[in-house]
Amino acid sequence: MKTCLIVDDSKVIRKVARHILETLDFTVEEAGDGREALERCEDKMPDVVLLDWNMPVMSGMEFLKLLRQRGHGDQPKVVFCTTENDMAHIRAALEAGADEYVMKPFDRETLHIKLQLVGVA
Amino acid sequence: MEISDSSCRILAGLLEARTGQQLTMSRRWRLETALSGILRERAISSIDELITILVMGREPSLATRVVEALLNNETYFFRDRLPFDLLTQQALPALAQRRAKTRRIRVWSAGCSTGQEAYSLAMLFAEQPQKWAGWTIDILGTDVSASVIDRARAGAYTQFEVQRGLGIQQMIKWFEESAEGWRAVEALRRTVRFQVHNLLEPPPHPGEFDIVLCRNVLLYLNETTRAKAFDRLAAALAPDGWLMLGAGETVIGQTNRLEADREKRGLYRHAGATGDLLKTA
Repeated sequence: MKTCLIVDDSKVIRKVARHILETLDFTVEEAGDGREALERCEDKMPDVVLLDWNMPVMSGMEFLKLLRQRGHGDQPKVVFCTTENDMAHIRAALEAGADEYVMKPFDRETLHIKLQLVGVA
Repeated sequence: MEISDSSCRILAGLLEARTGQQLTMSRRWRLETALSGILRERAISSIDELITILVMGREPSLATRVVEALLNNETYFFRDRLPFDLLTQQALPALAQRRAKTRRIRVWSAGCSTGQEAYSLAMLFAEQPQKWAGWTIDILGTDVSASVIDRARAGAYTQFEVQRGLGIQQMIKWFEESAEGWRAVEALRRTVRFQVHNLLEPPPHPGEFDIVLCRNVLLYLNETTRAKAFDRLAAALAPDGWLMLGAGETVIGQTNRLEADREKRGLYRHAGATGDLLKTA
């Protein structure tokens, strides 16, 4: 079973994403901000991170930059999942090392395909 | 909201008369949702009242709108992925050889809804520019609904639609932000043409399509109508062309004009098409 770390400060979003991911046979971990997510990754690296942009303590972008600096290559795969839905944000995320980008709102099919595209589903 | 059986029957009759499609159980279930926009816009209190207006025949354009609302327009880019892999890995390389003299390939997306399938095909070709340089690639998308064809032509999609099926790199390469959401870039839009067409009518111009995709459309037709649609699709197919159906759809037991291509699983060809025929350019 592949593992996915959901990083989002919204409990509701984490709950919805968890439900979808579990139907796709993922083991799911959760973090409420970027710093907590980094600690989780240090503890046990997930296969994929589903990452919100705007969060307290540490944003998704800060988390991604720190994660990619730590020399794990292209692991884990990172899928941004955010309401920042313009081209500038998308390009910035890809430049920082994101593998895919989901704009909220999304459905199960959209997320499933994105996870297939990054090779974890 | 309760919908009477007689209203259901009238809606079913209207849909079938205009499109040949049946009002399946899954569509009955979502009648209220499908028609809610029309009810709200026209300040009509119930579906039964809507039916009364339709039956009186005072507003012919309302009947068209109702039919369009009842159609299932579900689609997304590169839907099911596998058919597009099949095209890229098997059908297109074979056609590149067979059509080496004419350097022309004609593809028909039949029942294309809002155009995602046709644009997915266009992206397949556009992403191999060296391979198809100097070729004429004619991609036609058709649908019985005028409103979805208008949307397909515009290449305009909501944020929700544009990301369904597309990888982010593909999305930012072929779509740009617009006032309403996202729009296919002009370079992609100009490679696809769209027209309103009913599958039960003679095939669209120019016919002789090398590849016809008719996916998740025929399942809404009754047996007799489906047989007629298969006849039309067969008539539209080049002698060595291929038909692609939706997952779970087949020609077996539906028509004797088409058969599965045993060498290319998932593709259908004219029944009795021989190896010699398939070598002709």
